[in-house]
Amino acid sequence: MSTAYAEPQTIAPVPPEPEAPPRNYLNNGYGILSWLLTVDHKRIGILYLVSLTAFFTVGGIAAGLVRLNLLSPDGAILTEDQYNRMFTAHGVVMLFLFLIPSIPAVMGNFFIPMMIGAKDLAFPKLNLASWYVFMIGAGFMVWAVLAGGIDTGWTLYPPYSSRFSHTNVTPGAFGAFITGFSSIMTGLNIMATIHKMRAPGMTWGRMPLFCWALYATSFIQLLGTPVVAITLVLLMVERVAGVGVFDPAMGGDPLLFQHLFWFYSHPAVYIMIVPGMGVISEIITCFSRKNIFGYKAVAWSSVGIAVVGFLVWSHHMFVAGISYYSALLFSFLTMLVAVPSAIKVFNWTATLYRGSITFQAPMLFTLAFLVLFTVGGVTGLFLATLGTDIHLHDTYFVVAHFHFVMVGGMVLAYMAAIHFWWPKMTGRMYSDFWSRASATVIFVGFFLTFVPQFVLGYHGMPRRYPNYPAEFQVYNILSTAGASILGLGYLMPGIYLTLSLFFGEKAPANPWSATGLEWASPSPPHVFNFEFVPVVKCGPYEYSLNVDQLGRTLPEPPGPMAPNTLKETNGVG
Amino acid sequence: MSASTHSSVLKHHFDNLEQQHSAEKLGMWMFLVTEVLFFSGLFVAYTVYRHFYPAEFAFASSHLVLWIAGVNTALLITSSLTMTLAIRAAQLGKRSDLMRWLVVSFALGAGFMGFKAFEYYTDIHEQFVPGSMFQTEYARAVEHVAHHSAAAGDHGGIQHWAIELAENNKGKDPNSEGYIFPERVQLFLCFYYIMTGIHGIHIIAGLGCIVWLMLLTKCDKIPPQRYATVEIVSLYWHLVDMIWLFLMPLLYLVGTGVKGH
Repeated sequence: MSTAYAEPQTIAPVPPEPEAPPRNYLNNGYGILSWLLTVDHKRIGILYLVSLTAFFTVGGIAAGLVRLNLLSPDGAILTEDQYNRMFTAHGVVMLFLFLIPSIPAVMGNFFIPMMIGAKDLAFPKLNLASWYVFMIGAGFMVWAVLAGGIDTGWTLYPPYSSRFSHTNVTPGAFGAFITGFSSIMTGLNIMATIHKMRAPGMTWGRMPLFCWALYATSFIQLLGTPVVAITLVLLMVERVAGVGVFDPAMGGDPLLFQHLFWFYSHPAVYIMIVPGMGVISEIITCFSRKNIFGYKAVAWSSVGIAVVGFLVWSHHMFVAGISYYSALLFSFLTMLVAVPSAIKVFNWTATLYRGSITFQAPMLFTLAFLVLFTVGGVTGLFLATLGTDIHLHDTYFVVAHFHFVMVGGMVLAYMAAIHFWWPKMTGRMYSDFWSRASATVIFVGFFLTFVPQFVLGYHGMPRRYPNYPAEFQVYNILSTAGASILGLGYLMPGIYLTLSLFFGEKAPANPWSATGLEWASPSPPHVFNFEFVPVVKCGPYEYSLNVDQLGRTLPEPPGPMAPNTLKETNGVG
Repeated sequence: MSASTHSSVLKHHFDNLEQQHSAEKLGMWMFLVTEVLFFSGLFVAYTVYRHFYPAEFAFASSHLVLWIAGVNTALLITSSLTMTLAIRAAQLGKRSDLMRWLVVSFALGAGFMGFKAFEYYTDIHEQFVPGSMFQTEYARAVEHVAHHSAAAGDHGGIQHWAIELAENNKGKDPNSEGYIFPERVQLFLCFYYIMTGIHGIHIIAGLGCIVWLMLLTKCDKIPPQRYATVEIVSLYWHLVDMIWLFLMPLLYLVGTGVKGH
């Protein structure tokens, strides 16, 4: 044996599996009140997870109805009014009630304190309040879209939304206004926590990239959300009082609404995607067994996206009558925001290079993310270019671009995150086979749904129209067929993850042999996350040294045929 | 809940009081940032329209009640001083002083709201409210001005602003110089009511926080090492005060160079 001075870390024995504590956050109190009154960040994360799954289902059903209706050029199942309400319901629910809270509220709540070695978020009661505020706002919104609906599209442009739409615009806007506060509370909490609650040794340069990503996200939430809040207040005042500042009859300018709205709603797409990018950095290093390539570049590109993302909003108004010079400037700035995103993609690709890659479900979702997000990002540049945007604006090309980034990017990152951290959150392993199958089905279904929409948009099919010329039908049928496969793909995790709660094998503390602090706590974690004060000694991704952030040797990583998969006998595998 | 394991003031998830205070202060500062952004949307919209329609904004502004705004500014600035004195008292552990300064701050804030309510009452009494009130009064004034000479003292109970507006526009084409669009005057009034209304809601929230501090003080829950609670409320109170210092000139003073009151 070599002596102590030669790579002491690698010969240190793997720390013994920490004993499963008699009390963890899940069995520390039972009954509905122990959940509804909890201030434990982990339980609040689970509350969000359950609520968001419900809203995702609602938004998904609305999407399914939209796609079914588009099977026929004249509208297969819905009237034109119903169609308007349905795509608005899809947009409103998916954006405000799923995508914006998704990773920050579920994974951020659960894992930010654990990753930086804190006992809880800085403001636990505010955290619980954010969930209640979210549910109240969501109640208004879901009620608005179910009881009569909204027919303005999720963008709520006046004067249609302020004077002429006879649908539930006011409760819907009020719901969005309220959920905005929940988003601000979460962002504020995460930002304060990262600033003030880091464990000894957890310097900014040792922080996992997921924390950097959520820090950047919180920055956008804090600066953007209040602006859309006041915009929605102005809109509601105009609807309720009959007079308001966007009314052209009074000299008001509806374009001003678009400016104020997109000042939030464009950065909001970065609220949605940047946390996903943070997840990808965690997973891609773990399943390539390599340090991240360019830690600083990936970390600062998150901040770069957050800053430059605030300077691009007018590209939504290229054909709405803004000045030519302003359009030029915003076109340039929009191209600029592609740079930090591209930096990330290149760094992830370089991380994969010569890594020991294994293909468990989290990694499959991550690789799918890389492909789909890149397609989505590059097609965004077509839309940022002034000349091509005039052709493609408000067509299915935009719809396809947006869904490649938001579903292909964000939803897949969310799925990856759930699969990566499920053992930690629940203490159970899920079926290896079925989870990989689901990742594959989702990828195929997604591709089939949205690639035909690029073709449709290029050939001029406008978005939000219930009818279309007959020659577009074949692409619409392809797209709807893809959506059915995609729906099936989403259903599968719903089943095997639920079954894993009852029949899944008990998860070890660190099933993926990952380096983060969250894996140093048993699965499921203690009530206060750690029984000791974690002292961080190493960088976040020391896979080449084979040590975690506490400087302890990592356990054996699961191979391609991982031993810790679901047993064949549980009726799932 | 925040079951305190160490002492009655340190919450369980913090290591020490210093960390707890700095986290709380940082949280409040970040909340203030969101408040600034919240009002900034209004300020941007205001600026755009003021740039579009300077004459209408000046006309409408000159018919607001300036002396009430002046008194209210004085009240709010004074209340910021008394809040700061309350922090000092809390730091020194002088409970009765703390209570006294909180009561004074509350009284000044409540006085602000009282004057504000009186001002709204005056505005509504003068029919200076966008929508049907404004339109009816203006239509009456146009009718009146068409049949009476400007010199006639009796306006038949029609509000002063309406007569002035109607006389200004009498015989003028909307495209001609000096015409003041009544619709755009209403646009200013929308900003006036929305901005002061939202600011008023913030004042009420601040008053609620001061009442909460008074209750804490009464129950002796603010020992000197916990003075940061008072400081955090005061940060919010100062911000609301500061926003008023922007609203006041934008709403009441933009018209002072113009003939009017």
